[in-house]
Amino acid sequence: MANVKEKKLHKQHTKLKNGISYVVLILLSLIWLCPFVMIVLQSFRSYKTELGGMVDYLIPKQFSLDSYAYLFSPDCKFFKWYLNTFIIAFFVAIGQTCMVLMVSFALSRSRFKGRDLWMRICLILGMFPGFLTMICLYFLLKNFGLTQAGAVPGLILVGIASSGMGYYVCKGFFDTIPMTLDEAARIDGASRARIFFTMIVPLSKPIIIYTALTAFMAPWCDYIFASYISFGYTDSYNVAVALYNWVYTADYQGFFTRFCAGGVLVAVPVTVLFMALQKYYVEGVTGGAVKG
Amino acid sequence: MGKIKNVFSTIGLTFVKGDWMTKVSYIIMGFGPLIRGYVLRGVAFLLMEIFFIVYMVKMGGFYLSKLPTLGTEETHMDPATFVTVYGDNSFMILLFGILSIMVIVAFVVVWYGNIKENKAEEERKAAGKPVPTLKEEVNRIIEDKFHVTLLSLPTLGIFVFMVLPIIFMICVAFTNYDYNHQPPTHLFSWVGLENFGKLFSFGGKGFGHTFVSVLIWTLVWAFFATFLNYFLGMGLAILINRKGVKFKKVWRTIFVMTIAIPQFVSLLYVSKLFAADGLINSYLLKWGWISQALPFWTDPTWARVTIILINLWIGIPYLMLITTGILMNIPEDLYESARIDGANGFQMFRYITLPYMLFVTGPYLLTQFTGNINNFNVIYLLSQGKPKTMDLTGGAGGTDLLVTWLYSLTVNDSNYSMAAVLGIMVFVVIAIISLVVYNMLPSVKDEGGFQ
Repeated sequence: MANVKEKKLHKQHTKLKNGISYVVLILLSLIWLCPFVMIVLQSFRSYKTELGGMVDYLIPKQFSLDSYAYLFSPDCKFFKWYLNTFIIAFFVAIGQTCMVLMVSFALSRSRFKGRDLWMRICLILGMFPGFLTMICLYFLLKNFGLTQAGAVPGLILVGIASSGMGYYVCKGFFDTIPMTLDEAARIDGASRARIFFTMIVPLSKPIIIYTALTAFMAPWCDYIFASYISFGYTDSYNVAVALYNWVYTADYQGFFTRFCAGGVLVAVPVTVLFMALQKYYVEGVTGGAVKG
Repeated sequence: MGKIKNVFSTIGLTFVKGDWMTKVSYIIMGFGPLIRGYVLRGVAFLLMEIFFIVYMVKMGGFYLSKLPTLGTEETHMDPATFVTVYGDNSFMILLFGILSIMVIVAFVVVWYGNIKENKAEEERKAAGKPVPTLKEEVNRIIEDKFHVTLLSLPTLGIFVFMVLPIIFMICVAFTNYDYNHQPPTHLFSWVGLENFGKLFSFGGKGFGHTFVSVLIWTLVWAFFATFLNYFLGMGLAILINRKGVKFKKVWRTIFVMTIAIPQFVSLLYVSKLFAADGLINSYLLKWGWISQALPFWTDPTWARVTIILINLWIGIPYLMLITTGILMNIPEDLYESARIDGANGFQMFRYITLPYMLFVTGPYLLTQFTGNINNFNVIYLLSQGKPKTMDLTGGAGGTDLLVTWLYSLTVNDSNYSMAAVLGIMVFVVIAIISLVVYNMLPSVKDEGGFQ
C-alpha cells in the first residue's frame, strides 16, 4: 500500500516539476522572442498617419507598408547598401574559408620547423584588440584607393587578409581525422593536394560549412571597420552602418520605423540561412568549445 | 647562445672551406646554385637580392634615415613665393621605416639560407648525388614543402594586415601623434615613455583615475558576461534536456534564433527599447508604476547593470547550444549510481555535472573571458560607452570598456598615441590573464592526443 502511495506521490512530484519547467520555458521564450515581435510590429506602422518616430505604444493604430515602400523608393539607397553587404559577405565567406582551410591543413598535417612559432605568434597577435590596427589599415587601403568609393573591395580585402589566424576550430577538427588515413593514401601514391581534396574536404564538410557560415554572417554586423573605411561616402555603406546612422543621427525620430523595416529585411534572410545550416553551426561551435 | 654561435660558425666555416662559387655567393646571392645547375633556387635567391637592393635604394634608405626624428620639415608655405612646400610625412616615415627594418631582417635570414644552400649543394656534390631536375624541384614545392606553399598566402596577409599595423601602433604609443600633430600637415615625433606617464598620472588632467576605473569595469563586465552567461546557459540546457520536457527541438530553435539575427538589429532595437522615451519607460509611465522615466542609459550604475542583463539575452543561447552537446556526453551511469546513493539533483550537479563541464570547457571559458574584454559590439551598440561623466577624463563614459574607450579616442578625439597606449594595456591585461589561467587549467593536454 505504502509503496503505491509513494509512487503516486513521486509521480505527482514529477508532474509538478515538469509543469514548472514548462512555465519557465514559456516565460523565457516570451522574453527572447519579444523584441523580434515588437520590431516586426513597429515596422508595419503607417508613416503617413503616425510618422516614423518612437512612440509610447507598441501596436500600430494603422498597419501599412509605408516604411518598406520607402526603403525601395528612389530617394533611399537601401537596396544598394543591401547589395554591398551581400557582395562583401559572399566574397569574404569564400576567401576566408579557403584561407582557414589552407592554414588548418598545413598545421594539422605537417610537422615542420617554425610550426610552433607560427602558432604562438598568431596567439599573441590575437591578444591585441582588433581595431588597434584601424588607423594603419585605413592608410594602407587609402593608398590603394580602397576607401570611401572603393570601400567594398577594401572591406573584402580586410575580411580575408588576416583570416588565416582563425584556424583553431577547423584545425581542431582536422586533428581528429586519423593520420593513418593520410599515411595509407601516401603509400598508395596520392599527392598531398589529392589527399586534401578527396579525403579531408569530404570528411570535413560540417566544419567547412560552419567556417563559411560564420564568415558570411560577420559582415552583416560589421559596423566599426565599415563605418571607418566608407567614411562619409553613402554609396559604400553596408546595412549596419546605414541603419546605425538612421538610429543615431539627429533625425532618428523620423527614421525609427524605417530602421525597424530595414532590420526585418536584413534579419529574415540571414536567419533563414542560419536555421537551414543550424546543424553544422552547432557542430562547429561545440567542437570549438571542447577543443578550446 | 649556443644557437647563435652555431650560426656564426656556419657562416665562417662555409666561407673558409667552400669553393669559389660559394665564396661569390656571399656577395651575389644564388651565384653558386646557378652555376651548379640549381636554376630555380639560384634565380629565386638572385631575384630576392635584386629586390632588396632596389627597395633599399628607392625607398628604404630614405625612410630609415628619417626614422630617428620622424621628419624635420613641416609642410609650409614659402613666404617669398606663396608656393606650398611639402615637408616630411611622419606617418609614412614611421610605417615604411618599420617595413624597412623588417625587410632587412628578412634579407639577413634569406642570406643565411643562401649560405646554407651552398653548403648543402657542395655536400651533395661530394656525395656524388645528381642535380635535381626541374620536375623534381616542382614536386618538392608541392609535396615535401606543401605546407610552405599553403601557408605563404595566409602568412603574407597576416603580416601586412596584422603584424605591420600592430608594430606600427606599438611605436605610435611612444610618439605624440594626436589631434595637434596630424600628418601630412604637421609632424609628430618620439616622446619616449611620456604617454605611459600620462596614463598612470593621477590627479589633474592625468588619465590615471579614469584608466583604473575603466579597467575595473572592464574586468567586472568580462567576469559577469562570461560566468553569468555560462551558468545560466548551462541551466537552460539542463532544463531543456530534462526527461519530462517535450518538444526539445522547438525550445532550442526559439533560443537559437537570437544568434541568427544580426546583432546590430537586435541590439540597436533593444537599446532604444530601454531609452528614456522608449517603450519600456513609456508603458511603465502609462500604467502609473513609475512617475519618472527609469535612467537605464543615463545613470552609470543602471547602465552597467542593464548592459550585463541584456548581454544575458545575447549570450545564454550560445552557451545553451554549446553545453547541450557536452552535457549529453556525460556518461549516464554516473548519474545512475549517484541516484542509488541517494544524491539529490543539486548534489549531482555540484559533484558530477559541474566538474565535468569545467574540465571540458576550461579553455573555452578562458577565450570567452578574454573575448569579453574585447567585446566591442555589445557595449557600442547598446550605449556607445555613455553616460559621460565629469569625473572621467579622456572622453571616457560610464560604460566604456578599454576597447570602446580606445575606439572613441581614435575616432572622436584623434588621440592616436593614447589609443595606442591603451591598446598595449589591453594586450598586457589579456596576456597576464591568459598566462596565469592557462597554466592552471586541468585540461591542458598535448594537442596531438587525438591523432
